[in-house]
Order: sequence, then C-alpha cells, then structure tokens
Amino acid sequence: MHSIYNFATGPLCWAAFIIFIGGLLLKFISMVRRARSSEPYIFGYFSPYFGLRSVIAWLIPFVPRNGKLNPVFTVVTFAFHICLLVAPLFLMAHVMLLQEGVGMHWGTLSDATADVMTVIVLVGLAYFAYRRCTDPTAKYVTGPKEWVLLALVAAPFLTGFLAYHQIFDYQVMVVLHILSGEAMLIAIPFTWLSHMLLFPMVRMYQGSEFGGVRHVKDW
Amino acid sequence: MSEQTKETKVIEDIGIDAGLEQLTEEQIEKTIMSVINAEGGTRLEAYTKTCVHCGLCSEACHYYHSHDKDPQYAPVGKVRNTMWNFLTKKGKISKEELKRAVLIAHTECNLCRRCVQYCPFGVDTAYIIALVRRIVHKLGITPQYIQDTAHSHAATFNQMWLKDDEWVDTLFWQEDEARDEIPSMRIPLEKEGADFMYSVIAPEPKFRTQLIYQAAVIFNECGLDWTMPSTTGWDNSDMCMFTGDFEMMGRLKRDHYECAQRLKVKKVVMGECGHAYRSIYDQGNRWVGWRDMPVPVIHSIQFFWELLKAGKIKVAKTIDKLATFHDPCNTVRGMGLHEMGREVAKAFYPNFVEMQPNREHNYCCAAGGGVINCGPPHKMTRVLGNRVKAEQLKATGAEVLIAPCHNCHGGLEDIIHHYKLDMEIRFLGDIIYECMEKPNAV
Ligand code: SF4
Ligand code: SF4
Repeated sequence: MHSIYNFATGPLCWAAFIIFIGGLLLKFISMVRRARSSEPYIFGYFSPYFGLRSVIAWLIPFVPRNGKLNPVFTVVTFAFHICLLVAPLFLMAHVMLLQEGVGMHWGTLSDATADVMTVIVLVGLAYFAYRRCTDPTAKYVTGPKEWVLLALVAAPFLTGFLAYHQIFDYQVMVVLHILSGEAMLIAIPFTWLSHMLLFPMVRMYQGSEFGGVRHVKDW
Repeated sequence: MSEQTKETKVIEDIGIDAGLEQLTEEQIEKTIMSVINAEGGTRLEAYTKTCVHCGLCSEACHYYHSHDKDPQYAPVGKVRNTMWNFLTKKGKISKEELKRAVLIAHTECNLCRRCVQYCPFGVDTAYIIALVRRIVHKLGITPQYIQDTAHSHAATFNQMWLKDDEWVDTLFWQEDEARDEIPSMRIPLEKEGADFMYSVIAPEPKFRTQLIYQAAVIFNECGLDWTMPSTTGWDNSDMCMFTGDFEMMGRLKRDHYECAQRLKVKKVVMGECGHAYRSIYDQGNRWVGWRDMPVPVIHSIQFFWELLKAGKIKVAKTIDKLATFHDPCNTVRGMGLHEMGREVAKAFYPNFVEMQPNREHNYCCAAGGGVINCGPPHKMTRVLGNRVKAEQLKATGAEVLIAPCHNCHGGLEDIIHHYKLDMEIRFLGDIIYECMEKPNAV
C-alpha cells in the first residue's frame, strides 16, 4: 500500500498535473494557431470588451434568460462549480501536501466547510445524473461517455469524503482518492470536461460577434 | 420503424431524392470528410468539443416547443442526428441517414441563432447546421425549390429569374401608377452620386410590386435624393447563403456593393428583408474579404426610424386597432434594431401590446433561413413546427401583426391561416405609406 501511495503522490501526481495543464495549454495553442491559418477573420472581429461582457453576464446567476427559466438548474450548477473549484484548491490537507512537495502555500478552508462543499459537489452531480434521466433532451444526447465523465468527477469527491470520515479502510480510500483525482485531471483536456478552458474562449468569440457585429446581447 | 425513417418516407423532394440516387457511398464519405476537414475549422472543433450534452439549448427552439419537447427538434438533437453522426461515423453514413440530415438542416432549422443565446457556452448550432447544408450542396442533394432560386441567382443575379428588361419595366410601371396619386412622382434610375441607392429582393418586383410603389412614395414625399440601379446588383437577396453555395453568395454581394460603388452613392438603403441584411453585413461581405460593409447599408427599419426622428415622415393619422410587433431574427439577433422597429410601429399604432417573449428573444417565424424557400413539400414542417408562434400571437389578443421582413410575412401568413388566428399582417412601409402626410398627393 505504501509503495502505491508513494507512486501516486510522486511521479503519477506530476504526470497528472503535466498532462492536465500541458494538455489544456496545447489545446489552446493549437486552436489559436489553427484559427489563425484557416479562419483568421475570427481575430478581426474579436473584441475584449464585448467578449468579456458576455462571459461576465453568463457568470452571474439569473442574468441570462435561460438561467431565469431554469432556476433549480442555475442554483445547482453555480453551487456545484464553485465548490468543485474551491474545495480541492483550499482544502487544508491539499495545501499542506503542496507545501511539503513544492513549498507553495495559501489560505485554507476549515475542514467542516470543505466537507459541506464536498457534499454540495456530490449532490450537484446527483442532480445532473437525475436530469440526464428525466430531461428529454439531456436524455437524448446522453451516452456512456457522459456517465463515465460524471463518475470520474464524482469519484475523487466521494472517496475524499469517505476517507475524511474514516468510512471503510482509510488507507485504501486515500489511495483511491488520489488515483481518481489524477484520472479526472488527465481526462479534462481530452473530453468535454475541457469546457473549463473552452467556455471563456467560445463565449468571448460569440460575445464579440453578437456585441460588436450584431449590436445585441447574447444572453 | 423508427420515427426518423417514418418521416423520411413521407416527404418527397425530387431535388433530394434524385440527387441521392446518383450518389455512391464513397462519394458521400469523401465529400463529407473533405468539407469537415477543409471548412469546419476551429469553430466546428470548439463547438463540438465544448458541448456538454446538457440539453439547455432546447429552450431556444420553436420546433422543440411546438413538438411537445421532442428532443429530435432540440438544437443539440439536430446536431446529434447530423454533424455528430457524420463525425463519429467518419462520413460513412447511409442514404437514409443522409436524407434525414438534409431534411433537418434545410427544413427543421431556420439558422435563427436563438440557441446561441440559450447555450451557456455559446455553441452556435446554426453554424453547424449551415455547414451540414454546405455538405448537402456539395453532394448535389439540396431541396429542389431553394436550389432553383440559387440557380436563378447564378444565371440572372436575381432570385426570381427576372430578365433585365422586366426589372426596369416594373419600375417604370410602378412610377406610372404612382403618378395618378402623386403627379410629380419619380423613381430615379441610375442617378449617379445620389444620397442613397434603394435595393430590394427579387420577390418585390415579381409578386409584391406595391412595396416598391410604397417605398417610392415615402422617399418622394420626404424629398429624398435617391436612386435605383438598372443593372444587376438591384437584388440584395441571397438564397445561396442558405444552400451553402458560398462562392455564389460572394459573387452576389460583390455585385450588389459594386453596383452601389458604380453609382457613387453614399449608402444603400434596403427594403424590409431580414435574410438579405444578414448576407450583406455578416456573411457575404466576409466571404468576399470585406471586414465590414464597403458601402454602408441601412435596413428600412432604421431608415424609417431616422426619417421619423428627423421629422421628415410626419404622422397624418394613427390607427386605433390593437397591434403587436414581431422581431425578425436577422434584424434583432442580427443587428439589434428592436427598439427602432417598435418606435416606428407605435408612432402609428399607439394601441400596442408586446408578444412574449419579445425583442432579441422573440421566437423565429420558422420561414427564415431558407426554410420557406424549400417550397410546398415542406410547408407543413414549418407550420406544424411553429405552433408556439401561433400561441404567442394569440396570447396578445392583437388584431394587427407588424413584421418588417418578407420571409416572416410568408411564414406568419401560413401560421395565421393554419391556426385560424384573426390577424392582419403589415410591413412598416405599408403602414407609413397609408398614414404619413403626403403633401404632393392630389
Ligand atoms: S431553428 Fe433556431 S433555435 Fe432552432 S436549432 Fe435552428 S438556429 Fe437553433
Ligand atoms: S449546445 Fe450548449 S446548451 Fe446545447 S447541449 Fe450543448 S452545451 Fe448544452
């Protein structure tokens, strides 16, 4: 168990972060380069003002009309995404590991807060799963890939929660937690989880076209 | 039999069916993949990779609402049955699937771009569907009626097979007619250096000559310095944009702009048409390589609004009936002209009610994007696909429906007729002509 633990927190961890960050970076560079050669006019219409205006509008709950029409979804998705990003980044155990490993550190959340946030992430995922079974359109375009990705995101949070509460074997849970977290990071650049990068890119472009060319808001 | 194949059997269109018969599977595969690789570009990649399959865009689409939330009609559902299918099967698709894709792309999507405003990521389903149409065009299986208008564009540079002399004749005829009412009336042809050139879509001289008459009267009574061309370039419409014949779209727009440049006018004013506007400020100009419009083009909505604000159009009478305003996709989601449009409308119809939703969130008429131009075989697809429009109109209780777009008129007329709504549809020009002060009239 110890050797797996060391491998998972050592080389595998490095690999996961390199693939995650490098993969997104490469994706960004290759898309921009491809656009420059095949659709250069995208840049001609690109407007930081209108682009950011659109991104910001979509980052405020209940500003877009579709957000107002789907209040439950809006609340869940905002809570989910905030907790998804904040909990792992500011979890005390993670920050301590980081300090030991590379000497960087920043503020942390209390364990109780992180615990609640983890539950929110899991509840959010449960809601998304429920929606994929009941909303006619979501159901129509949900395939095995969507379920795998949902599970992939759920796994590190679920195992982290179980490990923290010492349910089942602690050591096994911790190792599973680390491995599943790494699997999730690695999957991001290669699946629609990459919307974390593509959301601002596509929205900025669309915002530029709608605001700059068509003089109308896109939310 | 699945629902899809059932529908495929029902609708016959010689343009699709005869074209499909001539195709081999290799041709289909090769064409699909070559268009995707050469033209799909970063945007196709970004849109397909960003989509998280959440289905939130379904809220945007009138077809989806009108078919009781059948996901086949949701924007992402349409992409699933067209482009995703092409991509996952690498172009190896059956003729049956291909026919279904043609019907979806040409008759079940108006390229109205409402879904861009409902997808959190801004995935542009209209772009993806337009790319499907491009593939369909390259395969030679475009629906017959709209293909015929595209042929007309290629042969005559207008949409309706009008001959050169018929165009000029029609203008003389309208001028002649109008002189009974306004003896000093002129439709100035080929006047170099005029303030603006007025351009229209070919269905105006073909079927709706009264619109040319009315516009001419308005310009005359406002004392404007204007002209119309006697050569090609007078027709600003563009069905080639909708069939995916982008080469021809570029030639059309170049001709239109060059016509204005030859006449050395300061700007072009165009009639109440939505799609032609999109072709001019958004798609055609880009294909030719103009970032913006080389000669400013102003839509009638804006032009009428300016004339009204400048006090050139004077309101002689208002009409008491309850009126509502339909925002055409290409003038609101296309150019943000919603406030100007309703200001002009309200000047003549003070008794005004909004339909819900309105402005840039209005539902499309289901005729746009070339769908009405696919002709009679597909009429019911768009009428049944827009029940929600009928409900939206009915809820206003209005007697008059103002819609400043030709395509919208065609589509709304069919909807009003089919769902037995009692509404009169009007253009802004038609209202202004009736209600403005006409100092030179006898
Ligand atoms: S009709 Fe409009 S809302 Fe529906 S898919 Fe096409 S572009 Fe989107
Ligand atoms: S297009 Fe946008 S709204 Fe529609 S399923 Fe994809 S991500 Fe969701």
